[in-house]
Amino acid sequence: MSDVMVKAEAVHKRFGANEVLKGIDLTVDRGEVMCLLGPSGSGKSTFLRCINHLERINAGRLWVDGELVGYREANGKLYELHERIVASKRREIGMVFQQFNLFPHMTALENVTLAQTEVLKRGRSDARIRACELLDRVGLGDKYDAHPVALSGGQQQRVAIARALAMDPKLMLFDEPTSALDPELVGDVLDVMRDLARSGMTMIVVTHEIGFAREVADTVVFMDGGVVVETGPPAEVLGAPKHERTRSFLSKVL
Amino acid sequence: MTGSEPGRPEDIRAVPVRRPGRWIAAVITLVIAASLIRFAVTDSAVGWGTVGHYMFNSVILHGVIGTVYLSLAAMALGIILGVIAAVMRLSPNPILKSVSWLYIFFFRGTPLLVQITFWYAITALFPHNIIAIGIPFGPALFHPDANVIITIFVAALLGLGVNEGAYMAEIVRAGIISVPEGQTEAAESLGLSRMQLMRRIVLPQAMRVILPPTGNEFISMLKNSSLASIIAFTELYFESQAIYSTNYKTVQLLIVESIWYLMLTSVLYVGQYFLERKFGQGFSRSERATMKERWLARGAPTR
Repeated sequence: MSDVMVKAEAVHKRFGANEVLKGIDLTVDRGEVMCLLGPSGSGKSTFLRCINHLERINAGRLWVDGELVGYREANGKLYELHERIVASKRREIGMVFQQFNLFPHMTALENVTLAQTEVLKRGRSDARIRACELLDRVGLGDKYDAHPVALSGGQQQRVAIARALAMDPKLMLFDEPTSALDPELVGDVLDVMRDLARSGMTMIVVTHEIGFAREVADTVVFMDGGVVVETGPPAEVLGAPKHERTRSFLSKVL
Repeated sequence: MTGSEPGRPEDIRAVPVRRPGRWIAAVITLVIAASLIRFAVTDSAVGWGTVGHYMFNSVILHGVIGTVYLSLAAMALGIILGVIAAVMRLSPNPILKSVSWLYIFFFRGTPLLVQITFWYAITALFPHNIIAIGIPFGPALFHPDANVIITIFVAALLGLGVNEGAYMAEIVRAGIISVPEGQTEAAESLGLSRMQLMRRIVLPQAMRVILPPTGNEFISMLKNSSLASIIAFTELYFESQAIYSTNYKTVQLLIVESIWYLMLTSVLYVGQYFLERKFGQGFSRSERATMKERWLARGAPTR
């Protein structure tokens, strides 16, 4: 088992004629927390979605835990993986979305239980116990039977985190998890993420929360225009940015 | 709640705006309704006794049963064909897509009456009434007799069901595309397969959009099943026609028939209400108002 969880080499992605990623090189170690910062349209969310193959890359290579994402390479040729195999790899990668995307026809508990029984084939009661445990952990011990519509944005996002954790992922991806929240609800979600980082989870977080990045991230990556502008520990990238673009971005958001 | 704390101003009790127009409209409507009822009950020769007499006549009841089972069977066939055609229409496979489009194009674009008659008449197309089922342009594997396979019931079922499938396809498709893409992405990121995704996430949410128009279709189906009388299928319209063609009590029997159709559609209303409640869960904060509460709320002013 290597220490590298995610490795990107010259990753390119375009939508039609619009090239969104223009060669991303990145390495995320096991247990590392990486925050991706950058102006909107810089490609950070797209890159995140490439990691679990929600978007397919047009050029370059992307590995998760030593395995190529979405393809199999043999004799110098790439073969697309069958949907079933893509799905089985996705379950090891938890994803949290900006718009939560909870299943509205299910209660909080059912949201967290569903994939455990359907995908991991866990027994109903085991799945339930695990779901309760996780909902307690994110501070929603009293909301098991609430439908998403009856929960605040912050509560919904914490259910979404519990839902992803229920699959025992080895990597968690967060796509602007607090951007759709009212300011006073952001704190609860960040607390949960902070705890998760402390527990040793490998995390890639696309965020605008500079304070969170400074405090929790091991590495901060600043992206702009589809390329990585600057990368390093938060003290360097946020405290003493080398590039003009990083400086001007930080001066706007801080 | 009212005026308990000191210093709170009294609740407003303003004189409402006078609306004489409403009163006049109501009076005119009542007068017309009353004269219609008077006509129906006393002046005319409607003969409610005759209506009551034929209400549970065994021939009429036989027709009711025919209508119910033809409608149920045709609706079931329509829903199955509709789901298949909708999934084909949404598939990335261009052949499946165009076949589904053509199916919808043909069966929505031609009259139902023509389609029913067509299925009935189709037996005439087979030489010696023998249908050859097998490999296209190759050897036939089965040689069933067309008149055995395409009975009057089968012709009526195909006519109504295949036509219904074309409408249901669009309803199901609308339901499926109404589910936000984020739902699919969230389910995919959890590792759910396409089938699990459809069955557990997309279809249950699509049901909310699919149900109301399907209720409509079901009601149309009950009434359109009377078109099967054209090929002598013994449903409600055919049977009451059989009676009034001998005793000439046409209006009375049409009333009997209408009352039966109304009763059947009322049953559908109740079924639709409970299904909508089941699949509406999680989409509204004020969940589970009972039927009685909803009925009462309908009449109450909104403010």
